[in-house]
Amino acid sequence: MDWTYFFNEVVNNRDALLHGTAITFAVSLIAILAGTVLGIVIGIAVTYGNKPLRWPARLYIDIIRGTPVLVLVLATFYVSSAVGFNLTAFQAGALALTLFCASHVGEILRGALQSLSRGQIEAGRAIGLTFGGIFRYILFPQALRYALPTWITAAVEMVKASTLLSVIGVAELLLTTQQIISNNFLNMQFYLLAGVIYFLIDFAIEQVGRFIGRRLDQPTRRAV
Amino acid sequence: MTPIVEVRDLHKRFGELEVLKGIDFTVAEGEVVSIIGASGSGKTTLLRCLNLLEEFHRGDVLIGGEAIGYHLRRGQRVRIGEREVARQRAMTGMVFQAFNLFPHMSALDNVTLGLTKVRGMPRPQAIELADHWLDRVGMLERRDHRPSQLSGGQQQRVAIARAIAMSPKVMLFDEATSALDPERVGEVLETIRSLAQEGMTMVLVTHEMRFARDVSDKVVFMEDGRIAEQGPPQRLFLNPESPRLQAFLKTSSF
Repeated sequence: MDWTYFFNEVVNNRDALLHGTAITFAVSLIAILAGTVLGIVIGIAVTYGNKPLRWPARLYIDIIRGTPVLVLVLATFYVSSAVGFNLTAFQAGALALTLFCASHVGEILRGALQSLSRGQIEAGRAIGLTFGGIFRYILFPQALRYALPTWITAAVEMVKASTLLSVIGVAELLLTTQQIISNNFLNMQFYLLAGVIYFLIDFAIEQVGRFIGRRLDQPTRRAV
Repeated sequence: MTPIVEVRDLHKRFGELEVLKGIDFTVAEGEVVSIIGASGSGKTTLLRCLNLLEEFHRGDVLIGGEAIGYHLRRGQRVRIGEREVARQRAMTGMVFQAFNLFPHMSALDNVTLGLTKVRGMPRPQAIELADHWLDRVGMLERRDHRPSQLSGGQQQRVAIARAIAMSPKVMLFDEATSALDPERVGEVLETIRSLAQEGMTMVLVTHEMRFARDVSDKVVFMEDGRIAEQGPPQRLFLNPESPRLQAFLKTSSF
């Protein structure tokens, strides 16, 4: 293998690679953050909502989770322009991943909330908390501990799913890599490089998750 | 004087099944009332109606003279809003069979949560009050422990502190010792007894007949959704009038 040629090519294409990585990072971050917020709302609706709230939320989770992400990405891109929303490929892709992420987070949160004992809600009621307070101080902090490992997995899935945005022309890391390879034909080297970058992003997410996990497991005050 | 708890013609259904079939009883200030009866007689449901953990279908529950849970709008019973329900619930303190401490919080924070978030008390003041009650139930030394680091009896004593720190008008105990190991029952009963002696108004659902006899001012015997007999413990335990109560006391050990 000609390492010098490869390194020269990396240096020559560094701006494109950095840009591609930044796009992948940005679109994943948007999807994870916005998807988590939306997913929490959906998870609450499906677990504690009355019928008019619970059914749409349930339907949302089942339909979106049951749809291949690629279909979701293509549908968002083409349907949005057909109905008059002129989203850029980046916007459409971020939206599709957000919707996908929300369905997973909703289902993860539902599972975690349902594993909590009913006595927790009753104890919160008994001291005079309204549902908002019970959720914020009692249910959510506990559900977070259960849900965190699965949530990290879902976040990593979002980074991987972001590669599908290459089909609608978002110049994220995979599409950028393919474009570079079409010029220099260094297939193996550049796909490996992309793989390493994806690994580093996912590794970083897992480290953040571990950090949050450790923070959550600490007692509110030190045991004496 | 207005009774602390007044229950008038209380009815409660679970679907087709009527579990409370017209309950009337009162609890005066400083009074300790024990509710006894076989499983399924409706005693826990009655207790849960007193702090609106269960809805009821007919009749009234008054806490400190205030009708809870419902108000009348054009002659119709309407359930009151969530905020009002929450405020009314805080008039009573509930101790559960399964303790139901918040497992992600220290013993101290279990007690301060309601004080800061419901009563709006500043944290230093809430900690001071929580420490006072944790000390009172003998748990001050373990205030920084999580529930999982405490025995059942210790957890239940923290749960008592959590409820009583909110200064409720009446404390409700739902089989507070039923989930405990036999050797842990005594410490919790002792805590309840000492609170009773200080004049705390209490309603206890219990299977501890000896305790009910020794601590209560009044005993209520329930049978099939109704109060079959009520009165001072001496009379009920020594001279039960109804054959049902006679039979029940024969099968309960104490």
